Amino acid sequence: MKENEKYSQLKNIVAAYLPEDIKVDSITENSDFTGELNINSANLVDIVLDLEDAFDIRLENEDMDRMKTVGDALRIINAKLVE
Amino acid sequence: MDVQRILSKLPYQEPFLFVDGISRVSDDDVEGHYTFKKESAFYQGHFKDYPVTPGVLLTECCAQIGLVCLGIHLLSQHLTEKMEVAMTSSEMEFLKPVFPGETIKVQAEKRYFRFQKLKCTVKMYDASGDMVCHGTLAGMIKTTGHD
Repeated sequence: MKENEKYSQLKNIVAAYLPEDIKVDSITENSDFTGELNINSANLVDIVLDLEDAFDIRLENEDMDRMKTVGDALRIINAKLVE
Repeated sequence: MDVQRILSKLPYQEPFLFVDGISRVSDDDVEGHYTFKKESAFYQGHFKDYPVTPGVLLTECCAQIGLVCLGIHLLSQHLTEKMEVAMTSSEMEFLKPVFPGETIKVQAEKRYFRFQKLKCTVKMYDASGDMVCHGTLAGMIKTTGHD
Protein backbone atom coordinates (compact mmCIF):
# COMPACT_ATOMS: atom_id res chain seq x y z
CA MET A 1 0.00 0.00 0.00
CA LYS A 2 1.29 3.43 -0.92
CA GLU A 3 2.09 5.96 1.77
CA ASN A 4 -0.62 8.40 0.68
CA GLU A 5 -3.21 5.61 0.60
CA LYS A 6 -2.33 4.66 4.17
CA TYR A 7 -2.59 8.27 5.24
CA SER A 8 -5.98 8.79 3.62
CA GLN A 9 -7.30 5.58 5.16
CA LEU A 10 -6.06 6.71 8.58
CA LYS A 11 -7.59 10.12 8.05
CA ASN A 12 -10.96 8.60 7.15
CA ILE A 13 -10.95 6.51 10.31
CA VAL A 14 -10.04 9.50 12.49
CA ALA A 15 -12.67 11.66 10.76
CA ALA A 16 -15.43 9.33 11.93
CA TYR A 17 -14.66 10.18 15.57
CA LEU A 18 -14.24 13.95 15.30
CA PRO A 19 -16.56 16.06 17.43
CA GLU A 20 -18.94 18.19 15.37
CA ASP A 21 -17.01 21.39 15.93
CA ILE A 22 -13.79 20.02 14.42
CA LYS A 23 -13.53 20.05 10.61
CA VAL A 24 -12.06 17.10 8.71
CA ASP A 25 -9.72 19.55 6.93
CA SER A 26 -8.07 20.34 10.25
CA ILE A 27 -6.51 16.84 10.43
CA THR A 28 -2.78 17.01 9.69
CA GLU A 29 0.10 14.70 10.56
CA ASN A 30 0.92 16.99 13.47
CA SER A 31 -2.59 16.98 14.91
CA ASP A 32 -2.68 15.89 18.53
CA PHE A 33 -5.62 13.50 18.99
CA THR A 34 -6.74 14.65 22.40
CA GLY A 35 -5.29 18.17 22.54
CA GLU A 36 -6.25 19.47 19.09
CA LEU A 37 -8.80 17.11 17.58
CA ASN A 38 -10.76 16.86 20.86
CA ILE A 39 -10.97 13.07 20.69
CA ASN A 40 -11.46 11.49 24.12
CA SER A 41 -9.55 8.47 25.36
CA ALA A 42 -12.52 6.16 24.74
CA ASN A 43 -12.80 7.20 21.10
CA LEU A 44 -9.03 6.88 20.73
CA VAL A 45 -9.47 3.20 21.67
CA ASP A 46 -12.08 2.86 18.91
CA ILE A 47 -9.71 4.50 16.42
CA VAL A 48 -7.05 1.94 17.37
CA LEU A 49 -9.52 -0.94 16.97
CA ASP A 50 -10.55 0.39 13.54
CA LEU A 51 -6.87 0.73 12.52
CA GLU A 52 -6.26 -2.86 13.60
CA ASP A 53 -9.09 -4.05 11.36
CA ALA A 54 -8.18 -1.81 8.42
CA PHE A 55 -4.47 -2.69 8.38
CA ASP A 56 -4.69 -6.20 9.88
CA ILE A 57 -2.31 -5.32 12.71
CA ARG A 58 -2.45 -5.50 16.51
CA LEU A 59 -1.45 -2.67 18.80
CA GLU A 60 -0.21 -3.08 22.36
CA ASN A 61 -0.48 -0.82 25.41
CA GLU A 62 2.90 0.80 24.71
CA ASP A 63 1.79 1.67 21.15
CA MET A 64 -1.29 3.30 22.61
CA ASP A 65 0.88 5.32 25.02
CA ARG A 66 3.08 6.55 22.15
CA MET A 67 0.19 7.44 19.85
CA LYS A 68 -0.23 11.14 20.55
CA THR A 69 -0.55 12.54 17.02
CA VAL A 70 -1.85 11.42 13.62
CA GLY A 71 1.80 11.12 12.50
CA ASP A 72 2.55 8.84 15.48
CA ALA A 73 -0.30 6.60 14.36
CA LEU A 74 1.12 6.45 10.84
CA ARG A 75 4.58 5.52 12.17
CA ILE A 76 3.09 2.81 14.40
CA ILE A 77 1.08 1.38 11.46
CA ASN A 78 4.23 1.30 9.31
CA ALA A 79 6.27 -0.35 12.05
CA LYS A 80 3.58 -3.02 12.54
CA LEU A 81 3.26 -3.69 8.80
CA VAL A 82 6.95 -4.59 8.47
CA GLU A 83 6.89 -6.85 11.57
CA MET B 1 -13.09 -13.68 42.09
CA ASP B 2 -16.30 -14.31 43.95
CA VAL B 3 -19.38 -12.17 43.81
CA GLN B 4 -19.01 -10.82 47.35
CA ARG B 5 -15.54 -9.53 46.54
CA ILE B 6 -16.82 -7.74 43.40
CA LEU B 7 -19.58 -6.09 45.45
CA SER B 8 -17.10 -5.01 48.12
CA LYS B 9 -14.91 -3.38 45.46
CA LEU B 10 -17.71 -1.27 43.97
CA PRO B 11 -16.76 2.42 44.19
CA TYR B 12 -20.31 3.48 45.14
CA GLN B 13 -22.31 3.90 48.31
CA GLU B 14 -25.77 5.08 49.31
CA PRO B 15 -27.54 7.03 47.95
CA PHE B 16 -25.92 6.17 44.63
CA LEU B 17 -25.42 2.42 44.80
CA PHE B 18 -27.67 0.64 42.30
CA VAL B 19 -26.55 -2.97 42.68
CA ASP B 20 -28.00 -5.39 45.26
CA GLY B 21 -26.47 -8.60 44.00
CA ILE B 22 -24.85 -10.49 41.15
CA SER B 23 -26.32 -13.82 40.13
CA ARG B 24 -23.76 -14.71 37.47
CA VAL B 25 -20.43 -13.40 36.19
CA SER B 26 -17.95 -14.66 33.62
CA ASP B 27 -15.27 -13.12 31.39
CA ASP B 28 -17.98 -12.46 28.79
CA ASP B 29 -21.10 -11.50 30.69
CA VAL B 30 -22.72 -10.58 33.98
CA GLU B 31 -26.19 -10.64 35.49
CA GLY B 32 -27.21 -8.59 38.50
CA HIS B 33 -30.28 -7.22 40.23
CA TYR B 34 -31.49 -4.20 42.13
CA THR B 35 -34.66 -3.09 43.90
CA PHE B 36 -35.48 0.61 43.56
CA LYS B 37 -36.33 1.82 47.03
CA LYS B 38 -39.78 3.36 47.45
CA GLU B 39 -38.41 6.02 49.80
CA SER B 40 -35.69 7.32 47.43
CA ALA B 41 -35.73 11.13 47.39
CA PHE B 42 -35.78 11.46 43.59
CA TYR B 43 -39.31 10.03 43.44
CA GLN B 44 -40.56 13.21 45.11
CA GLY B 45 -39.55 15.18 42.02
CA HIS B 46 -39.73 12.67 39.17
CA PHE B 47 -42.53 13.27 38.56
CA LYS B 48 -44.73 15.50 40.70
CA ASP B 49 -47.52 13.23 41.99
CA TYR B 50 -46.42 10.41 39.66
CA PRO B 51 -43.28 8.66 40.90
CA VAL B 52 -41.39 6.78 38.17
CA THR B 53 -37.71 5.85 38.07
CA PRO B 54 -35.72 8.30 35.90
CA GLY B 55 -34.20 6.80 32.74
CA VAL B 56 -30.78 8.13 33.73
CA LEU B 57 -30.95 5.97 36.85
CA LEU B 58 -31.96 2.91 34.84
CA THR B 59 -28.91 3.66 32.67
CA GLU B 60 -26.79 4.12 35.81
CA CYS B 61 -28.02 0.79 37.19
CA CYS B 62 -27.12 -0.90 33.87
CA ALA B 63 -23.68 0.75 34.00
CA GLN B 64 -22.95 -0.20 37.62
CA ILE B 65 -23.81 -3.85 36.90
CA GLY B 66 -22.79 -4.16 33.24
CA LEU B 67 -19.67 -2.03 33.16
CA VAL B 68 -18.36 -1.71 36.70
CA CYS B 69 -19.16 -5.16 38.17
CA LEU B 70 -17.99 -6.87 34.97
CA GLY B 71 -14.97 -4.56 34.82
CA ILE B 72 -13.96 -5.44 38.39
CA HIS B 73 -14.22 -9.12 37.49
CA LEU B 74 -12.10 -8.63 34.34
CA LEU B 75 -9.52 -6.60 36.24
CA SER B 76 -9.50 -8.95 39.20
CA GLN B 77 -5.87 -10.03 38.79
CA HIS B 78 -4.68 -6.44 38.71
CA LEU B 79 -7.02 -4.96 41.26
CA THR B 80 -5.48 -2.49 43.66
CA GLU B 81 -7.16 -0.43 46.32
CA LYS B 82 -7.80 2.48 44.01
CA MET B 83 -9.89 2.14 40.92
CA GLU B 84 -11.05 4.82 38.49
CA VAL B 85 -14.17 4.48 36.40
CA ALA B 86 -15.78 6.87 33.93
CA MET B 87 -18.70 6.27 31.61
CA THR B 88 -17.73 7.40 28.11
CA SER B 89 -20.81 6.69 26.01
CA SER B 90 -24.36 5.48 26.35
CA GLU B 91 -27.02 4.69 23.82
CA MET B 92 -30.19 3.45 25.44
CA GLU B 93 -33.77 2.80 24.48
CA PHE B 94 -36.52 2.64 27.09
CA LEU B 95 -39.59 0.48 26.66
CA LYS B 96 -41.40 0.35 29.98
CA PRO B 97 -41.51 2.46 33.17
CA VAL B 98 -40.04 1.19 36.45
CA PHE B 99 -42.07 2.20 39.50
CA PRO B 100 -40.90 2.66 43.10
CA GLY B 101 -40.20 -0.66 44.83
CA GLU B 102 -39.73 -2.66 41.62
CA THR B 103 -36.94 -5.23 41.35
CA ILE B 104 -35.10 -5.35 38.05
CA LYS B 105 -32.51 -7.65 36.52
CA VAL B 106 -29.66 -6.46 34.29
CA GLN B 107 -27.88 -8.70 31.80
CA ALA B 108 -24.74 -7.38 30.14
CA GLU B 109 -22.59 -8.90 27.46
CA LYS B 110 -19.03 -7.79 26.74
CA ARG B 111 -18.37 -6.46 23.24
CA TYR B 112 -14.71 -5.81 24.00
CA PHE B 113 -12.35 -4.84 26.79
CA ARG B 114 -9.17 -3.31 25.41
CA PHE B 115 -6.87 -0.47 26.42
CA GLN B 116 -8.96 -0.01 29.59
CA LYS B 117 -12.15 0.55 27.63
CA LEU B 118 -15.05 -1.79 28.32
CA LYS B 119 -17.96 -1.77 25.90
CA CYS B 120 -21.10 -3.81 26.62
CA THR B 121 -24.59 -4.38 25.37
CA VAL B 122 -27.03 -4.21 28.28
CA LYS B 123 -30.62 -5.34 28.83
CA MET B 124 -32.85 -4.65 31.81
CA TYR B 125 -35.90 -6.76 32.68
CA ASP B 126 -38.63 -6.22 35.26
CA ALA B 127 -40.00 -8.87 37.65
CA SER B 128 -42.51 -10.12 35.08
CA GLY B 129 -39.67 -10.68 32.60
CA ASP B 130 -40.56 -7.77 30.31
CA MET B 131 -37.69 -5.79 28.84
CA VAL B 132 -37.48 -2.34 30.43
CA CYS B 133 -34.58 -0.91 28.48
CA HIS B 134 -31.62 -1.98 26.40
CA GLY B 135 -28.62 -0.39 24.78
CA THR B 136 -24.87 -0.09 24.53
CA LEU B 137 -22.65 1.40 27.22
CA ALA B 138 -18.92 2.03 27.34
CA GLY B 139 -16.54 3.23 30.00
CA MET B 140 -12.90 3.51 30.91
CA ILE B 141 -11.92 1.37 33.88
CA LYS B 142 -8.48 1.30 35.38
CA THR B 143 -6.67 0.63 38.57
CA THR B 144 -4.18 3.25 39.59
CA GLY B 145 -0.67 2.02 40.08
CA HIS B 146 -1.11 -0.71 37.46
CA ASP B 147 -1.46 -0.61 33.68
